[in-house]
This record gives sequence, C-alpha cells and structure tokens, in this order.
Amino acid sequence: MSVIGNTDLRFSEEQGMILDTAREFCRDKSPISAVRAQLHSPLAYDSGTWDEMVSLGWLGIALPEACGGSALGVSGVVPVVECMGRALLGTPFISTTLAAQMIVRAGDNSQIERLLPDIINGKPATLALLENADWGDEQPGCALNEAGELIGSKKYVADAAAATLFVVSIEHEGALALALVRAEQLPDGAIRENTLIDETRRAATVDFTGVKIEPENLITGDGVAPALRDVRLLGALLIAADAAGAAAACLDTIVEYLKTRKQFGKLIGSYQALKHPTVEILTSVDSARSFIYHAATLITDDPLDEDAESACRMAKVQATQTLLFAGDRAIQFHGGMGFTYECDAQLYIRRAQWSQQQFGDAQHHRKRLASLLLDGGSH
Amino acid sequence: MSISKQEKDEFTAQVSAWMRDNKPADPGFLLPQSFMEVGSEVQLDFLREWQYKMWSAGYLGMAWPKEYGGGGVEPVFQTLADAAMRSEKVPIAFNIIGLGWAGPLINDIGSEAEKAKYLKGILSGEDIWCQGFSEPDNGSDLGNAQLRARRDGDEYVLNGTKIWTTLGSYAKYMILLARTNPEAERKYDGLSYFLSPMNVPGIDPKPIQKLTGEYGFTETFFTDARIPADCLMGQEGQGWKIAMQTLQYERGAEAGAAGGLAFVRVVIDDMIDELADVTRDGEPVLRDAAIRDQLVKLIMEEKAISLGDRRSSITALTTDYPFSLQLSSKLRWTEYSRRMRQFAINAQGAAGSLYVGDDDARQGGFWQRAYFNSFSATIGGGTSQVQANIVAEHILGLPK
Repeated sequence: MSVIGNTDLRFSEEQGMILDTAREFCRDKSPISAVRAQLHSPLAYDSGTWDEMVSLGWLGIALPEACGGSALGVSGVVPVVECMGRALLGTPFISTTLAAQMIVRAGDNSQIERLLPDIINGKPATLALLENADWGDEQPGCALNEAGELIGSKKYVADAAAATLFVVSIEHEGALALALVRAEQLPDGAIRENTLIDETRRAATVDFTGVKIEPENLITGDGVAPALRDVRLLGALLIAADAAGAAAACLDTIVEYLKTRKQFGKLIGSYQALKHPTVEILTSVDSARSFIYHAATLITDDPLDEDAESACRMAKVQATQTLLFAGDRAIQFHGGMGFTYECDAQLYIRRAQWSQQQFGDAQHHRKRLASLLLDGGSH
Repeated sequence: MSISKQEKDEFTAQVSAWMRDNKPADPGFLLPQSFMEVGSEVQLDFLREWQYKMWSAGYLGMAWPKEYGGGGVEPVFQTLADAAMRSEKVPIAFNIIGLGWAGPLINDIGSEAEKAKYLKGILSGEDIWCQGFSEPDNGSDLGNAQLRARRDGDEYVLNGTKIWTTLGSYAKYMILLARTNPEAERKYDGLSYFLSPMNVPGIDPKPIQKLTGEYGFTETFFTDARIPADCLMGQEGQGWKIAMQTLQYERGAEAGAAGGLAFVRVVIDDMIDELADVTRDGEPVLRDAAIRDQLVKLIMEEKAISLGDRRSSITALTTDYPFSLQLSSKLRWTEYSRRMRQFAINAQGAAGSLYVGDDDARQGGFWQRAYFNSFSATIGGGTSQVQANIVAEHILGLPK
C-alpha cells in the first residue's frame, strides 16, 4: 500500500451549480469596499447580505431535508466557503454551519427537529470549544454543578456576539458532553469581545457560569467524542476552503500589481525575483484547491474515516500555509504601499494569520498526519 | 477491433506472472534508473540481456509488424505489458531511443528497405540507437541546428558537433538532424534527417563524465565523416518535420512505441521503506519528530501532484487559471523529486556521506546517485527557471 493513499477527487453537478451561484453572489455583494466597510462594525457583517445568503438556502445545504435542508453534506458547503474566502466575505456562516453539524452528528432527533429550522432560517449559532490557546487540549474544564448550572468560560468563540445559540463542549460525569445555550440565557457582560488580528472576523471569551442547562439541552453519550473530533476536522476543512479562496484572490492582487507597477523603467512583473515566487504561490494555490476538493469528495454525513481525516488535515495545512505565504509576499511585493493600511495586502495577511490559528495550525495537523501516515498501514 | 475486459485481465495476469518469474536477480551493482544513465559495459550487458529476454517472450514490439520482429497485435496489449513492467518494478528497457523514437518513426514513414534493415535489431537490443539533435551552441533551439551535411556523389559528408548523446559510446546508429542547405530562407527548411551509422571514420563520440561520476552520454564530433547517401530519410529539407514527428512518439505504445520502461519512477514510498531500519538518537528515524514533520510535507507534495492530475480533468475546478496544472507539472514533479531524493540522503545519518562504490552505502548509494541524476530533469527539457518563466508569462500573464 502506498503512503500516498486515496487520491479520489470528484465534483458533482450540484457542487458546480453552488460554486457558480456563490462566485457570482460573493463578487456582487462583497467587493473590497464592502469588506472595508465592515472592519469596525460590531458584528463585521451586513445583515442584508446575510439574509440573502439565508434565502439562497445556504445554511441548509448540509442539513437533512426533514428540517428544510438540501442534504448535500458539508461537501456542498465547501464551494460556498471557498467563494466567500475569495471575496473576504465574513458573516457567521462557518460558525453556524459547524454548530449545526455538531447538533446533527451528536444530538437526538428532538434536538435536531427543534434547533435546525431556526438555523436554516438564519439564526446564527456557534461552537464554544477552547478554554486556552491549545487546540491539542481536548479535555474541557467546563462542567455542570449540582444545580445543573454551567461553571466555566470558553475562549476564542467565533461570532459570539452574533450567535443566538452556543454549542459548548463540557465534561459531564467523566465524559465529553455538549451543552446547548441560548444567547438570552447569558448574563450581562458574559461576552468579552476579542481584538482580532483579522478585522473581518469576530470572536470573544464567553463566561457561561451560572447558565442553567435543562436536560433537553444536554447532549451526552459515546457519540459525543467522535462527533466532536469530526466537527473539528470539518472546521479545519471549511477554514481551509476559505483560506484557499482568499489565497487565490491574494494571488490576483499580486499579479495585477506586477502587471501595472513600473520601477527602473520596467514593469516589476518582468523581474524573476518577483515572478518566480508568484509562480510558487500559484502552484501552492493549485495544491490547496486540490486538497479541499479531495477532502470534500471523502467526507459524508457518517463518521469520518482515516482517509477523510487525512484529507481534512492536509487541506488545512496546505491552504493556510499558502495564504500565509501569499499574504506575506503580497505586502513585500507592493513595496512602500504594502506597508500601509490602505493596501489590500493587509487584509490577506491578517486573514492568513487568523486562519492559521483556527482548528489547529499546520504543525498541529502535520503531527497528527505523521501518526496516520507513518505509524499505520504497511509502514 | 475491441478487446474484452476479460481478455485484457487475462493478458495482464499472464504478463505479470512472467515478469515476476523472469525478473533478473539483483546483479550486485547499481542498475541505471533511466535509459539516460547507462554508464558502463556491465550495466549495458545486463540490460541488453534483459531486453532480449523480454522481446523473445513477446513483450516488446507487440504492435509492430511480425515480419520485422514484432508481435502484430493491438497496441493495447503493449500498454498493458508496460503497466505490468511498472508494477513488477522490472529493470528498464535501455534501447529506448530505438524502441520509442527511431523505431516507430521507421515503422510509420520508413521505406521497406529501412524497415527490414533496422526494426528487428532495435527490438532484440542488438542494434543500439542514439539521437543527434542537440548541439553545444543550440541547447534548446533545435531549429537552429548547424551540423553540416554536404552531398558528395553517393555520400554525405558530415561536419559539426552534437551533445548530450545518450548511449553515444555504444550506439550503432543515430537519428541525426543536420543542415543540408545553409542558404535556405527559413532555417527549418535547410534541415534534413538521417539514419546514420556511428561506426564510421570521422565520427568520434567523446564520453562526458556526469555529476554522478558515471558516463551516460557523449559529445559527438563529426569531422569529414562520410555516410552513404541512402541514410537520408525522406527528402532533403524534411528534417524539421520528421524531427517534430519523432518527438510525438514519447506518448507510448498507442503512439507506436515498442514498449519497455524508459525509467523507474522513484516515489516517496521507496524512501520510507528504505528508512525503516535507520536510527536517530537510538530510536527508529521514522519516530523522530523533526524527520516526521519533513516527511509529511513531502508526502503532501507528492499527493498534491496526483490530486492535481485528477482535478485538471474537472473543468469547473480549473477556470481560474486554465492549464496551470498541466503547464506547471514538469516544474513541480522534477523539483519535488530532487528535494525528496536529497532528503533521503540526509535522513540516513552518517551513511549519507557514503557514495556508490562503498560497501556500506545504503542500497549501494542508490539515493546519492538518484539525487545527482535528478538534476537531469530539473535542467533538461527546459530548466526549472525557464519553466517558471513559462508559467508566469503564459498562465499568469506576467510581462517578459
């Protein structure tokens, strides 16, 4: 058996239609001027744009038909997120999609039927997983006290201020569990907004202490741990899709500048010192796209197998490393202009640094890939 | 004629079994990984015997006419046989310039006399062929070839120099691109194509010692060398057209090639297998965190290339920069290959300092030599730097 393993890559007609629609939508709704207009707004997105995304049915792409979704799986969400990344379009789309996946994959039918319709209709939701800066620490300290109230807070909760529902990982009776918290249950001051390196994103520390969790809002059982693992992998994949899109747009920005800016009497794109790294960005973007659609080919609504796990991790590594490189070079290649806030290169490098830290950075995933690839199978 | 899947499967099983049973034992010296790397008489003798054996069993030239030593069957069988050779990892078929380029050309446009004279010797390995296209002053600019062929009665008189002549020291014949008319208005129209003998006074192949220390090709000097006029293929002035046709045969059996492996593909599994018993800090090297991180990067790079091949056929996923995957594939694979091979040496510990010829060198110094030879791919056929310029200008639209 080869360590290269599964190299399946398919793209369905439905995915193609979603890609076309999403590309056009994101281009229209999220030109750079619109992105910049949201940099300092409280929620970092335009509610009108969000409502249109909801009416296009995007929140339900991966959700069951019984709840009003289109049951295309997260594979159908990947093209949307790639296009959003390309346009640097924020919104709580990724957070809400992942929170919904957590409920679908770990919740019972009554929870699914009760909560998903609101999500599909555009009520933002989010995951609350981390209690420190370590994505490798999977043991939550958050727990319920004897009165059934949550004790503890979560950090780096994406889109916390927009969320109407939080899916919180907790420790319960010696096992992983999930608590479902409605925003209105949070006391005043529970959300302490972060200042993020990426101004198109929002996240906060959320103190859940004192929130009463009724039994119907508690998810327990053997299924929680594997579902959590899978949703973290899907999170890595969606961040990768976003980063791959952003990297492609960053490449376009570089190419445009290299074709128009003159120095020493020549277009700077004619210098090999700039040309060759730009080709490296192109081949790297190409690899990132290949990995995200490879992963999209392998994931299903079932628990992720090892091939799918590898694919999600590789997608995350490749796409975020690519965006880091592209954003970094975009600044350098714009010269003095690149050092200014006005230059769009800053938007990409900030998105890059933020993306790298979502759902584990490149080293985190390569460490786990090493175990998957080198310690199993024939090796 | 359509051949059933069952028939194909049966044939594959049969040829695979034959390859397994007849694959030669390890000769105790390092074999070439490609037809461009044959550098000694012992390697040559070994590979010649192997080619003869494959041909005798009917697995080379399967689609070539029977009367010239071929098998007279559909080309698909040769494609299947080649695939079996690859999966059974048998040695290369060294006479590739004959089998893959000169042979199909002669088959397609040669005269009856040329077919009768040349084809069988190509298949059996008795007649080794080389190619005289590149010249020292015209590396990539084939159309500018300057080696002069002047008609003199029943002969042509050759003067000039060819370079990078693979198998030049051993070859009996050369496919030769030469200038018969220096006055031609278009430089291409002054070129002619010859099936030239090598064993002629005035043709002097001088071996070039490679980076690896081995000899694989020659610089070939022509000084008033006289060859019979009937060595001219086609008419005078058709050289460029025939040379371009020659380059088309690389696509394999379906394009007319007689089959056989031109090279053994070196992949990352080969390296990982090789490192299994290497230790670092007293532990298996494959347990070392830093080595593992590097290996994962390399695995991802090789996998990305395979995935890119898949994605390149999905139009909806290639609209941004169409053909970027195809046009960058040589750059990506050769650069990856070079770095992967270098890493394989570095991971060996102190044994990485040994070379071919040292009894303690791992796998006879396979990776050391493979790394050096990888430069033939990052330099030959357009250097990586030229490839990057091509991608920048043709795909990204950057200025020259």
